[in-house]
Amino acid sequence: MQWQFWIIQTLNSLAFGGLLFLLSSGFSLIFGLMRIPNLAHGAFFMLGAYFGYSMLARGGNFWLVALVAGLGVGIIGIALERLVLRQISGNEQGQVLVTLGVSFIIADICLLAWTGDPMPLPAPQALRPPLRFAGYAFPTYRLVVLGIALVAAIGLYFLMERTRIGAMIRAGVDDMEMARGVGIPVSRLFTAVFLLGASLAGIGGVLGGPILNAYPGLDADMLPLALIVVILGGAGSLLGAFVGSFVVGFLYNFGIALAPDLAYFVLFLPMVLVLVFLPQGLFGRVQM
Amino acid sequence: MKRGTIIALTITAICLVAVPRVIVNEFYVNMATQVLIYALFALSINMMLGYGGMVSLGHAAYLGVAGYACILLNIAGYDQLTAAVLAVLLSTVFAGLFGVLSLRAPGLGFIMITLAIGQIVWGIAYRANELTGGDNGLRLPQRPRPFGISITSAENFYYFTLIVFVIALFFIWRFSRSAFGASLMGARDQPRRMSMLGHNVWLVRWLTFVMAGFWGSVAGILFVYYNVFLSPHAIALQQSAEILLMAILGGTSTLTGPVVGAVIITLIKNVASTYVERWNTLLGAIFVIVIVFMPYGLVPGCRQLWRRIRSKLARRTPVHIDTSGSCT
Repeated sequence: MQWQFWIIQTLNSLAFGGLLFLLSSGFSLIFGLMRIPNLAHGAFFMLGAYFGYSMLARGGNFWLVALVAGLGVGIIGIALERLVLRQISGNEQGQVLVTLGVSFIIADICLLAWTGDPMPLPAPQALRPPLRFAGYAFPTYRLVVLGIALVAAIGLYFLMERTRIGAMIRAGVDDMEMARGVGIPVSRLFTAVFLLGASLAGIGGVLGGPILNAYPGLDADMLPLALIVVILGGAGSLLGAFVGSFVVGFLYNFGIALAPDLAYFVLFLPMVLVLVFLPQGLFGRVQM
Repeated sequence: MKRGTIIALTITAICLVAVPRVIVNEFYVNMATQVLIYALFALSINMMLGYGGMVSLGHAAYLGVAGYACILLNIAGYDQLTAAVLAVLLSTVFAGLFGVLSLRAPGLGFIMITLAIGQIVWGIAYRANELTGGDNGLRLPQRPRPFGISITSAENFYYFTLIVFVIALFFIWRFSRSAFGASLMGARDQPRRMSMLGHNVWLVRWLTFVMAGFWGSVAGILFVYYNVFLSPHAIALQQSAEILLMAILGGTSTLTGPVVGAVIITLIKNVASTYVERWNTLLGAIFVIVIVFMPYGLVPGCRQLWRRIRSKLARRTPVHIDTSGSCT
């Protein structure tokens, strides 16, 4: 049945786009505020998936596990920011490379702790049977993931646009010197943004688990996608991360479904177009 | 050149030539060959990094493009020389395109774009099963026979690599001392003033990018000749990161730095992989330690130390610590 194929692929793309949004919104915020592309972000995502796997294997509630795993990854994010990045503040290039080094360490520890086999995360029991509507089947879990990503997007929007801390973060993104000058505690904001970004990546990892599985190399698969999302959407912009995530989600998913050999090449094209015509990305707030 | 430099160069040259004669064991001769290949990778990335201040995390892409092209052309029946030349040419053209895209964003965006492009090349190599054999990789039918000489033995291959390496080193040394190299350093330190003086900063950076891509491709061909095999594993992010780390560890502001870095990392990697499985943890840890504690790298660090010791011995006033021209 042809229609069924398109429905499934579209929902897959939307769910994957939602996961990418959870991953790249944090990445984009950290980059916008601290000027660091956090290359450990893919490793955070993978770590979330593995944490989720272990807790689910012990019989935890799926949604609670997602929150706890996210918080766990968030704490690791804070540790990275406070204990390592602080040591070399001011040396942004060094900070980027350090996050890369940390991502290698995390990936290797995951390999040691969870072996090299892919670990499937079970989706919540109630969401496993597909929804049937007008003769077509819709994968329920993916719809729910999409819903959660949308809720997260709205939540982040309100956090950024309607709260005091959001206003402070926006001020920091737009003009760090001025923000410091008017008494915004920028260094505490760094920690807060790292907690937020790493937690979102960790939650994304758990939610993505039933779709992608937890496996070694998940970090290296997700990180470039997050980079392309931010290159497309523009750094430091929530809207950019949102639009970019779904564009990449669709391209990647349909690429894999229709031309598996060229899935990566398909991603390359929009990146080239955006870089050539709009080097700041579609909605970029800051210069990359 | 100063007399000291000439003596040092002569001694180094004799040592390099004598390596396979002194360490007859094939395993160690092969390790020396690996060091040379990685040193060339590190030197090529350092053209961008050390003199241009451009941090690339996609250097393994040249290994990928040149390596796969070389193997595929060989399989398609081209002779070795044509295959190698075409592969390097293709990879250099690719570097030109890669450079146009990466240089759209200065600074940190550059790192992100090079990383993304490097991973895309990796992804294509991994996914395009029919072309690249996917995860299984591709085998080079055989090593070439330059001028009819067989380079299948470890010793002969070492000399082959050494000759290519010395030629590359000479050109990269000339590059670093040339007027072009000076304008590149100017573009790194004072891009605005350089444009004001009439230099096309973008063009200088782009040409450097392409040259680094060219020598990276040459190193890639050597890598493929050495392993007689290429798989996506060899062009993953780890490879780019290792090459970058070699240059940073040794010290980017010097020509010897990347070579020293390549020696140290290759030795650690070979030794570590015989004793522990956790090479990636070690790689990550070295990365963090080097950047936090030795931002200028080993060679400039040791030089500073040496100057300090000498000035103490001579009981002169403390020397001025020269950190200009260093970058991480």
